[in-house]
Formats: sequence, structure tokens, C-alpha cells
Amino acid sequence: MKKLLNTLYVTTEGASLRKDGENLVAEVESAERARVPFHMLTSLVVFGGIFISPPLIQALAQLGITIVLLDRAGRFQARVEGPVSGNVLLRRKQYKVAEQPDEIVRSFVTAKIANQRLVLQRALRDYGSDMPPDRRERVEQVVDRQAAILRKVAFKTRGLDTLRGAEGEAALGYFSVFGDLIRSPDAAVCFRGRSRRPPLDPVNAVLSFLYTLLTHECRSAAEGVGLDPAVGFLHRDRPGRPSLALDLMEELRPIFADRLALSLINRRQLRAGDFEFQDSGAVLLNDDGRRTVLTAWQERKKEERRHPFLEEVAPLGLVPHLQALLLARHLRGDLDAYPPWIWK
Amino acid sequence: MPELDDPIPISALQHAVFCIRQAALIHIERLWEENRFTAEGRVLHEAAHDPSRRTRGLVRRVTALPLACRRLNLSGTADLVEFRREAPGGPETPFPVEYKRGKPKLHRADEVQLCAQAFCLEEMTNRSVTEGALFYGGTKRRVVVPFDVELRRLTEETARAFGSLLAAGETPPAVYKHDRCRACSLIDVCRPKATTKTAAGFLHRAVEETLLRDASEAP
Repeated sequence: MKKLLNTLYVTTEGASLRKDGENLVAEVESAERARVPFHMLTSLVVFGGIFISPPLIQALAQLGITIVLLDRAGRFQARVEGPVSGNVLLRRKQYKVAEQPDEIVRSFVTAKIANQRLVLQRALRDYGSDMPPDRRERVEQVVDRQAAILRKVAFKTRGLDTLRGAEGEAALGYFSVFGDLIRSPDAAVCFRGRSRRPPLDPVNAVLSFLYTLLTHECRSAAEGVGLDPAVGFLHRDRPGRPSLALDLMEELRPIFADRLALSLINRRQLRAGDFEFQDSGAVLLNDDGRRTVLTAWQERKKEERRHPFLEEVAPLGLVPHLQALLLARHLRGDLDAYPPWIWK
Repeated sequence: MPELDDPIPISALQHAVFCIRQAALIHIERLWEENRFTAEGRVLHEAAHDPSRRTRGLVRRVTALPLACRRLNLSGTADLVEFRREAPGGPETPFPVEYKRGKPKLHRADEVQLCAQAFCLEEMTNRSVTEGALFYGGTKRRVVVPFDVELRRLTEETARAFGSLLAAGETPPAVYKHDRCRACSLIDVCRPKATTKTAAGFLHRAVEETLLRDASEAP
């Protein structure tokens, strides 16, 4: 099994990163705070004002370790990458299939809806009896509705627009009850429907931040197997948008991000004090909040599960890579379809 | 010598004898998973590939020698070629030596790679090359390999078969063989067992299961 290598996240403003032999060294106020050997790393993600020495940039690029620069709020700024690897024949096939992507889109959408539904079902099972009856009923109704959409998408629907429409309908239903799954007694930590750019409440702030982290993992996974991250199937091409990474993310969002956000908030690991409420109404995680989410994210990646299609146990952090690999193998003709990741 | 158009790397023939799909995954798909074995092999080769010449007595030793064979469209680098003379001032006969980690193998992959070097040397020097040697890091011994009719035939067949895959850009399907696949550094990207399953069937079953499960869990 491919090794689960680390992504190093550096969030301390004013930190400086340099190369020392075959190691990355992080210093804060001239004191060494971390030392990571290059062979343990797949990527480096830094938030905000952090200094990276030119020799370190060069060494990481050469070793194929991606550097991603985000601003303090976690918004994408830039990416530093070594020579593009990959397989031109695979990419040509990817572009060709992107013209007729229905069956791949069916796989993505099916798994996304199935996984969203499993998030709702798991919440009902774990704390449904504590929910006020009207909330519980709302969630149950969406679970039933998702079953109907799921059946349609998996077995009947034809045509790209219909598949995309079903995905939108499922997402609308799902987010209409997502707030009913929040159990924090903290009234400030709430969900008022999905909002982004900027997120308008704390739950959306956490979701957006987790989606950024997941996009980065999916983009690296696509690139790692030689696919072009910009050419998607479900997401239409738009210059500058990593459409394929967003596609690969769809089936993983509910379990990798939504469920993690729920448990961080419901276990009160995140409270009102972890957020920055701005005058414009925008809500962002503050430094402490980000650190809490990043720690939980790193821990979650180490959790092991049985992969439904490959039938072997793998850490969750490898799942984006395995899915990108299965997609590449399907495009090259080894598999008759793309088998998505469905949570069990 | 004119440059060859899309030549077959000599090192690919060794992979192609072991498993034609492995060769395609490395040379067509450009997938390369380094494991302990290949890392050790790389270190051994880096030592061997320091280009240098040395003459001792009747033997002139040339390391990291670039080779090509137009007839079979091959190209690569020999770890070491010894140019041997019978007597001072006499003609030189090339003798290729390839460094390998580990021990001699049961399959003929290493011999085919060496024989391909012999084809190149014959074409380039106009001398017949009748034998060479494999040096194994594990046993620290040379095994002399005669380039007989049988080995020459196998090498030519392998070169032609892999050459046509390379030209077409095709990757042949996986065939799972327990012993061979277990030793393969590419098993995680090849997935010989997964590619024999139907993914469409998997998706149907997974959806049916998830829909059925809540029927059974319902109060």
C-alpha cells in the first residue's frame, strides 16, 4: 500500500521555513519549532505571512512536493510545483471522455447523494431521539426524498443536465436540514443555510475551510496519477478552476468535511470564541479555531476503513489518491466504470 | 549515428519479460513506484554509472556507455562494457556487464536486457558479441551469459512485442499471478485483482445495499 505521507500546515504568522540537509525546518523568532524530513512530505500548505527560503522552494519543487500558499482565511493564493509529470495518453483520454461524461458523472453524483444521506441517517441514529419531533421529522423527510433521488440517479436518469439537476436538488434538501443536526448550546454557533465567499455563519466558515483542505488533497491526488486537474466531468471547465479536483471531492465532501464539521461543533471542540465575526457579516475561523480544525483533519486522515471497491483497509487520507487512481484506470480502459467511494 | 525515432529503452525489455503490463505501466503510463528493491537497485546503478574509462592489461573498461540498435529500435546505457583483446594490438571484442541487486533469477529478464546490449554492440562495432555477464550485488559474483540462439530469439520477440505496444500506446490488461505480483513494486497502481471486477456492477450493488439497509433498520 502506498504510504500516507504528510501535508505540513504552517499557520503561525511570522514563521520562517528553511532547508537543512534533507529536512524542512520551521523557526519562529529564530527558535526551531519543527523539523520534518522531506521523505515524509507530500505537500506544504502555509497560511498568511510566512517566509519560505529560496533553497527550500527549489528543493521541494524538485522532489515533487507541492507548496500551496493560502491567505490567513484559507483562501487560495498560489501554488509552486515542479515539472509537470503525467501521461499524455491518459490526458487525451480524459479530454475525450469529458465530451461525453454522463457515466462518470452518474458515479460522482450517486456517491455524493448516498454519502449525504448516510450523514443524515447517522445523525438520526445517534441522536435522533434527542431531537425535537418537528426537526426529526424534517430530517426523516429529506432522507426519504434522497432515497428517491438516489434510485433515479443510479438506475434511470439519462443526460448530463438531468444528473446535474438531481445533484442540485439533493444538495438543496440536504442543506435545508443540515442546521437541524447542530447540537451546540451556543446560539452564536449556528447554520443559516449554505453560504460561501464569504461564509455568513460559523458552520459555513468551518465547511468552507474544510472544503479548501479537501480541494487541495483532491488536486494533488489527480496530479499524482497524471490527470489534468483542470478538466472536469461534473464541473464545467472554467479557466483557473480545478474542475476535476472539485469532481473528485463531491463524493467525499459529506463524510470528509460535513461530518467532521458536525462533530467538531457538536462536541464543542469549536465554540463562538474560535470565530471572527466581521462587520460585513462574514464569519471566519480565527487562529485557534483553524488550529483545532487542522489537528482534527490530520487525525481523521489517519483513521482506517475498508475501501468498498478495493476491499482492503486504507487510511482515509489515501482515499483521494485511490479514487484518482481508479478514475485513471477507468479512463485507460482497465475498469468498465468509475467506482466511487461510498461510506459504510 | 542518426538518432532513433521513439526507441525502446533497453531497460524496458527486462520489465517486459517479467510482465508486459508492468513494462507498459512504467513506460507508457509513466507510473513508477519506488520500493526498497528498486531504491537499492538505483543506488547500485548510480555507482556503476559514473562514466569513466580504465585500461588494465588487455582489457579496456568503459562504464555508462550509450548504446543503440537501429534494427530493433533500441536504445539505452550499458553499466559496463569490457573491450577485450586476445593479444596486444589485436582486435577488441565487446563484453557487456550489467549490475543487478540481489541474486540470479529464475526468469530470463536480466539475460534479455544483457542480450539487447549485445545486439547494440554488434551493430555499433561490427564485431560479434558472444557473451557477457551479470554481476549480482547480493552474491557479489559474475554470472557469464552466452548469447545463444534461444536467448537471441527471446530478446528479439520481446523487443518486437513491446515495441508495438509502445507505438500504439496500449496497456494490456492485468493477469494476476500470485508469486509474480507479490514481488512487483507496481502492484498498488496496477491493481491486478481490482481490474478484473466490474465497477458498474459494484455501483449498482452499493446503491441497492444502502437503500435496503435502512429498510431493515426502520422501526
